[in-house]
Amino acid sequence: MTNVGFVAIACGLIIGLGAMGACLGIGNMGGKYIEGAARQPELMDKLQTKMFLLAGLIDAAFLIGVGIAMMFAFANPFQG
Amino acid sequence: MATEGATGAAPTASEYIVHHLGHANTSGKPQQAIIDFTIINLDTVFWSIVTGLLSAWLLHRAARMITSGVPNRYVGAVEAVLEFVHEQARSIVHGNVSYIAPLALITFVWIFFMNAMDLLPVDLLPWLGSLVGIHYQRVVPTADLNAPMAMSIVVLGASIYYGIKIKKPLGFVHELFTAPFGAGPSSGVGILLKPVLWVVNFAMQIIEYLAKTVSLGMRLFGNMFAGELIFMLIALLGATATVWGFGLHFVSGLAWAIFHILIITLQAFIFMMLTLVYVGQAHEKH
Repeated sequence: MTNVGFVAIACGLIIGLGAMGACLGIGNMGGKYIEGAARQPELMDKLQTKMFLLAGLIDAAFLIGVGIAMMFAFANPFQG
Repeated sequence: MATEGATGAAPTASEYIVHHLGHANTSGKPQQAIIDFTIINLDTVFWSIVTGLLSAWLLHRAARMITSGVPNRYVGAVEAVLEFVHEQARSIVHGNVSYIAPLALITFVWIFFMNAMDLLPVDLLPWLGSLVGIHYQRVVPTADLNAPMAMSIVVLGASIYYGIKIKKPLGFVHELFTAPFGAGPSSGVGILLKPVLWVVNFAMQIIEYLAKTVSLGMRLFGNMFAGELIFMLIALLGATATVWGFGLHFVSGLAWAIFHILIITLQAFIFMMLTLVYVGQAHEKH
């Protein structure tokens, strides 16, 4: 297994595990939002603003991970 | 792109991407070390100033056109954004927002325009730059870690400033050592352990400030850097110069650009909301 292979596996793990966490979080939050909107439709607009805000917060760590994985893929600081 | 590979032929995919990840900095070639404080990324400075002036000019132009009659559509649009930000500021910050709401407004508009630089074609501005001798350039200021972290540090400074102003310096320091776990018992044997509580409180407060600042900056950076990199990867599809390559480049580029329009607006909105939330937290007394 070469170093390039290890870096590829590392990038896959970073992106995959991060995506898993982010998707579970968004799924949970979206489900609760829809439930809340079904119970009280008049709150739908106010909650929607907060929902988008939370979506961005949940995606934050995942996208930071994607950025780091991309950096390892193209501009690996540990090599050479 | 006039980049030569080792044999003088066109660059490989990695060389293309690595070339596009280099900044126009004061050292003349892409940064080798991860952290190097002697290098300034001139492209980040230039494009952030240009987009900042653009945002200020657009807002100022609307302010000049205000009359007591019916506003035209441009003024109406700017007023809609202003009211939106002002409403958020008033509901989140429980205090005087006469300086905080404009801070939030310019944060939103400026970051939106800086992020929107990502929607220009990947090679366009770097190619124009290479015609005048600038060989490396990255046009999205928020995709360089320096710019979002700088803005995040300013937000940290604002929240400390408002904390000291609202709670008075003594109250601010008192809160540093007695929140979140409280000041401890004021009589009995427990008094001997109060210093432990102070240390724990202080550590938690420092970690809280650090985590809020770093996460605010890195969230914006991560989103924009990943978006920019995916645009470059999609551009590599078109670089294969086949029918499938051009087709996939167009289709996936279109899809990603449309999705990215949502992302840039969302990230600017999130940065603004978190600015308001952090400055609002500085207004809360325990």
